Amino acid sequence: MTLHGGVRQAFERVLDPADVLSDPVKCRAYECDGLTGYRVCPDLVLLPRDAAQVAAAVRVCHEHKVPFVARGAGTGLSGGALPVADGVVISLARLKRVLEVDPANRRAVVEPGVTNLEITAAAAPHGLYYAPDPSSQQVCTIGGNVAENSGGAHCLKYGFTTNHVLSCEVVLPDGSVVTLGTDTGEQAGPDLRGVFLGSEGTLGITTSITVRLLRTPESVRTLLADFPSVAAAGDVVSDIVAAGIVPAAVEMMDTLAIEAAEEAVHAGYTVGVPAALVVELDGPVEECDAQFEQVKAICEKHGCTRLHIAGSVEERAKIWKGRKAAFAAVGRISPDYFVQDGVVPRTRLAEVLDRIAGMGTDAGLRVANVFHAGDGNLHPLVLYSAAAGETERAERLSGEIAELCVEMGGSLSGEHGIGTDKACSMPKMFSEDDLAVMARVQAAFDPHNLCNPGKVLPTPRLCGERPGKYRAHPLEESGVIERL
Amino acid sequence: MTTPAGSADTNIPQNGPSAFDAHRPPERELLDDCVHCGFCLPTCPTYQLWGEEMDSPRGRIYLMDLASKGEISLDGPFTEHIDACLGCMACVTACPSGVQYDKLLESVRPQVERNVQRDRGDRLFREAIFSLFPYRRRLRAAALPGALYQKLRTIPAVRRLAEKLPGRLAAMESLLPPVSVRAAFAQLPVFTPAVGARRGRVALLSGCVQDVFFHRVNEATVRVLAAEGYDVLVPRDQQCCGALELHAGREETALGRARRTIARFETLDVDTVVTNVAGCGSSMKDYGHLLSDDEAWASRATAFSGRVRDVHEVLAELEPVAPRHPFRGRVAYHDACHLGHAQKVRAQPRAVLRSIPDVELVDLPEAELCCGSAGIYNMVAPEAAGELGVRKAGNVRSVRPDVVVTANPGCLLQIGKYMAADGVPILHPVQLLDASIRGVPVPRT
Repeated sequence: MTLHGGVRQAFERVLDPADVLSDPVKCRAYECDGLTGYRVCPDLVLLPRDAAQVAAAVRVCHEHKVPFVARGAGTGLSGGALPVADGVVISLARLKRVLEVDPANRRAVVEPGVTNLEITAAAAPHGLYYAPDPSSQQVCTIGGNVAENSGGAHCLKYGFTTNHVLSCEVVLPDGSVVTLGTDTGEQAGPDLRGVFLGSEGTLGITTSITVRLLRTPESVRTLLADFPSVAAAGDVVSDIVAAGIVPAAVEMMDTLAIEAAEEAVHAGYTVGVPAALVVELDGPVEECDAQFEQVKAICEKHGCTRLHIAGSVEERAKIWKGRKAAFAAVGRISPDYFVQDGVVPRTRLAEVLDRIAGMGTDAGLRVANVFHAGDGNLHPLVLYSAAAGETERAERLSGEIAELCVEMGGSLSGEHGIGTDKACSMPKMFSEDDLAVMARVQAAFDPHNLCNPGKVLPTPRLCGERPGKYRAHPLEESGVIERL
Repeated sequence: MTTPAGSADTNIPQNGPSAFDAHRPPERELLDDCVHCGFCLPTCPTYQLWGEEMDSPRGRIYLMDLASKGEISLDGPFTEHIDACLGCMACVTACPSGVQYDKLLESVRPQVERNVQRDRGDRLFREAIFSLFPYRRRLRAAALPGALYQKLRTIPAVRRLAEKLPGRLAAMESLLPPVSVRAAFAQLPVFTPAVGARRGRVALLSGCVQDVFFHRVNEATVRVLAAEGYDVLVPRDQQCCGALELHAGREETALGRARRTIARFETLDVDTVVTNVAGCGSSMKDYGHLLSDDEAWASRATAFSGRVRDVHEVLAELEPVAPRHPFRGRVAYHDACHLGHAQKVRAQPRAVLRSIPDVELVDLPEAELCCGSAGIYNMVAPEAAGELGVRKAGNVRSVRPDVVVTANPGCLLQIGKYMAADGVPILHPVQLLDASIRGVPVPRT
């Protein structure tokens, strides 16, 4: 079944017809996001140019009961922007204006298609910046950050997207437009802004976001330290936190991740060492310097084999570039890989990494680790070769690693989201009651289940079969249920 | 529980025969290198303009993958989006996975030229462009005052275009800059000896557009190289290097020109073949790869490519010897895509400019973004090229330069067109260096 021509005409009445893509070849470019294993070709792709057009398009969807999926830069790693068969993709790529920078009140108003880094670029002339920094910040959009409640290396000290978004203008699934939150950040009544943040595109589409800006820190100190074992590096992280220091970021990479990043960026990582930490401190000069000495001492205490301090802004940028490009850089050392995203209590880091290494050996596959050590957010990358028939084994290993995180008292996802990828794993972490409450919240916003359906919460259809092109459900074939 | 977490592998099966023919289709391993991360999107000029996935490097590679798997054909949208690519290679710079988009595009464009029937207007226009630009003599005729068609009606492709689509001929003509008859017909000396102690011996590719419309740049190049201790040879019977055709997918004629260029230069007793044109340098450095499966030429091409250097690489290699006069002013350097992205020559032009005392060198915002010239792009896609030109001009203005320098004739024409009213000299870096060495005022053009 495809959308009938009347629906397309309805979209063409509210958008420029050239902004309604229906050619199947063009639409196929939108069939997946950063998680390419899941693909569904949408019937139409809409490219609205402003907030009013987004609202108008959603109203058409609501009127004709057409499911829709919002998409920013399509960099998500959990299939959150996976299109729906017989549905439309609403691309926010053209809503990319910085509407206002208000240095006095330290906030900016931006459209959802503005990239994370562009906010900082717009704020920089005022000595301000936008703090959350996902590794893909040069390309990922703020709309996607809001949907996923994105984290990043510096969220250890500064908090996640939700701590930096004051308010959002939102097009609800029925096409009405509301503002959630307030520009002062203080709100009476239930925190609906908080509900919307991290809802993975299932409660509406944000068309304008007011973000908090921070003053660029007076001083930033960054060091790169090599360690003889992952455990030693893990102990350093624990000791830094125990010393009462709140670093801006503590990132860990293991041998394979270091090799990949170094090959991509040539940032001066030591190839071959078992583990490396990137520790960054920021704040007033005196505090920063004093704590930096403490951190150096802790590193040395745990047998640091090389301690390198970034001597210039360029060098610091290079170190971060290596770290932030690490996922994609792994493509240089392996034909294929799975990116996993899980959280464990920081104190169990070494133990979990040990278990992961063992599981990798058992499966006969390499696992690269690159992660936000400061908050226990792991990103194990399972390396494999599809051509060599290792896909299923790798998939199983990656899944077992996520399961291990939950077992250790952690979480299924730190920042990449549940999306399509992990919806079926939600019962591992949440009780039936938990999930029922979540479903009721979702239904309150989206009673017709039109807004990014099939994401986050497990459904029998999603979890009973492999995603891909539409196939009739067995119950549908037997006439028990029918497709809306 | 199996959780298939993030993977770059699309697992799209081979559903039918590839839409590409068997002659150098895009290599499977190169397509598989793309992990779909999207880091290329912000630097892609067409994605910046239109925000459409199919007009991003990631999207284009995805379409190539689909075509290779037999899922889509080459005509229609595929050709539309491959055509829309400027070939600026900013994505190659941005890619953390090391995807060789340059090689992919280089194999896909000829596939389109061979296998897709273009509409008549497009065909006529392209024929006219390629019957004119690679030919120095025809360009000289075109440079004479008067209407282009009057001068070139003996060329059938131009005549056909003039008869069927006079508007597009006029558009083409508007891009050709005014040039004096004397400059258009001037010739470089075949041999210019080094000034003072000889430090090397080089041959210069004088180019086609470069030699007719920017003869003064070639003259400055010869003077600067000689002043820095190089004997400079300029073989008179050299022809177009094929860059323009190569970047447009006209493989066969481009390779013919490559072979002729190799044959012309390889017998010369020189250390280096120098070019002052970014586009020519990038294609000549690529001859080795392009002719790798031509047994008779492969090793000759590799040897030739190994000797090709951009003029800035040569100048930055050795300590300057010619005394420089100071230039007090802000100099904005624009990285030509085929120099910065394609050849990764970024530091050398800056080093050369810094060798001029008192120069205040400034970089441009959005430096990685193409100016819209891109070979024949501003002729076949004038609207997109125009938007990029306006954007580049705005970025140049924002740094308030006294002089703008860039090392490619296409960029000089394009930026010159969109900054015509600004009154800022737009030059090739060697022109500035030449003025500094000679102690003469900086030229206006």
